[in-house]
Amino acid sequence: MTSLAYTVADSATMLRRNLKHQLRYPSLTLMLAGFPIVFLLLFVYVFGGQLGSGLGGHGAEGRSAYLTYVVPGILIITVASAALGTAISVATDMTGGIIDRFRTMAISRAAVLTGHVIGSLLQTLAVLVLVAGVSLAIGFRSHASALEWLAAVGVLTLFALALIWLSAALGLAAKSVETASNTPMFLTLLPFLSSGFVPTASMPPGLRQFAEYEPFTPVTQTVRGLLTGGPIGAHAIAAIVWSVGIAVASYFWAVRLYNRRRAAEPN
Amino acid sequence: MTINLAGQAISARAVRRSFGEHIVLDEVDLTVAEGTIFSLLGPNGAGKTTMVRILTTLIPAHGGEIWVGGHNVVTDPDAVRALIGVTGQFSAVDNLLTGEENLRLMADLRHLSRQAGRHRIAELLERFDLTGAARKPLSTYSGGMRRRLDLAMTLVGNPSVIFLDEPTTGLDPRSRRTMWQIIRELATDGVTIFLTTQYLDEADQLADYVAVLDHGRIVAEGTPAELKRRIPGGHIQLRFAGSDALRAAVSVIPNAAPDDDQLILQVPGDGSIASLRRVLDELHDARIDVEHLSIHTPDLDDVFFAVTGHAAIEPATRQEEKALQL
Repeated sequence: MTSLAYTVADSATMLRRNLKHQLRYPSLTLMLAGFPIVFLLLFVYVFGGQLGSGLGGHGAEGRSAYLTYVVPGILIITVASAALGTAISVATDMTGGIIDRFRTMAISRAAVLTGHVIGSLLQTLAVLVLVAGVSLAIGFRSHASALEWLAAVGVLTLFALALIWLSAALGLAAKSVETASNTPMFLTLLPFLSSGFVPTASMPPGLRQFAEYEPFTPVTQTVRGLLTGGPIGAHAIAAIVWSVGIAVASYFWAVRLYNRRRAAEPN
Repeated sequence: MTINLAGQAISARAVRRSFGEHIVLDEVDLTVAEGTIFSLLGPNGAGKTTMVRILTTLIPAHGGEIWVGGHNVVTDPDAVRALIGVTGQFSAVDNLLTGEENLRLMADLRHLSRQAGRHRIAELLERFDLTGAARKPLSTYSGGMRRRLDLAMTLVGNPSVIFLDEPTTGLDPRSRRTMWQIIRELATDGVTIFLTTQYLDEADQLADYVAVLDHGRIVAEGTPAELKRRIPGGHIQLRFAGSDALRAAVSVIPNAAPDDDQLILQVPGDGSIASLRRVLDELHDARIDVEHLSIHTPDLDDVFFAVTGHAAIEPATRQEEKALQL
């Protein structure tokens, strides 16, 4: 086999290991899915009637309008919260003894991280399907064509990949699993400071500027445009540029942290 | 520089390593012959684990040259990794998988074919007495079972050089014996074993060659027999029924050291039959009755004390022991 073939084979082995972990201990996946579902129900049924009136509807009509508005935001927060799992699983691995075993074996350097990242990506997609299913079950309707659905899935996947690499790097940077489960928390806050839950136009100046320029807004607006109609415009390009930028920067940061750990740790 | 590495599984020259200001390894030289058991002996903090981490490509040395299996660890780490197996001090198993899945993971990473992998896994499970627990999660494993699985994982790829960093620390005496047996069998198969331990009897039991590491330096090396021969400490110990007998014995055996409280007399000697007979003859001629006799040959504890000037056990532990005795 060539070295590329070994890299692919080793990454596949690590991916299988990661998926086995997920299947054997589904509680983490369920927790990652539970968080956005609770938010969906909370925002639609508790706040939805009131928030919907701001979107031009009243009562049940307002709630339905808000459901249509918030689902793209919920899908984005799903991606953000699912990425938290990567930091936890990477940090758990790095603080355990098995990583030293991997490092003394002739396996591709990238395989360990690649296995985590692809495993997390598949986990995120599974959680997204679950959340989308709940959204449809409570009345969310999209008029998007198959191609628009596909494009929305593509945008979400690319953004998920970016956040997962970022989370992997944060997991590597953390000294303990506890730290690793806390540092990426800001990722679940950012969707609230975007157009995910209310239009940015309703925010006070300062916050509004921040919300308009942070990466979650263009991604949300692109997915919203694809699923429920409405203008996308430059948001699509901004969403892709942000996603690729975060993914590439985080990838290099993560790989650097992974390689540097070798030289550290006196004992 | 060309170096003849024939017959050498590991060759390290002038290895240096520090962490910050602290020098952990200071010009360490060592050579391990193929197919032998080499033991790096030393107290906690001597630098044993750091040496293992350097030899196994986990961390770089700050100076010196190292070859493992004829490959330079710096310029050709993957060639080294392909032929070594490492069982570290801390368990390196995947706790979320079963024993069999852990071995499967190793077989896949060693790129064994499906069939070869299956065969090897069954063989190792059998050999390490884990067949019954193969499909159980690791949470149900005892400490000894985890250690055995850990070593089995190391062996999946048939490594020719195995590093065992304190393989029996924390094991109960029975598991320890089992581990020793396994290590001896590996050596019989021709595998080279690099073993670190803080247990002198372990090195004595297993090793063909011992190097004593203390404060980052090799302070003594040789076969266990050579090391023991090199230092004093052999004696005959005689215990008497009363102080009269002890005093009488001191007068006929002048170079002995009496202990009046315990009624014990220590007679230095090489432990040979002739020297023993001579002492007993003298006592017999003087009609002195001996209550009890024991022969003390120097063990590696004596060696350690002689070469390092301190005992193998850490001072803190000794103080604790003292406190307990009080």
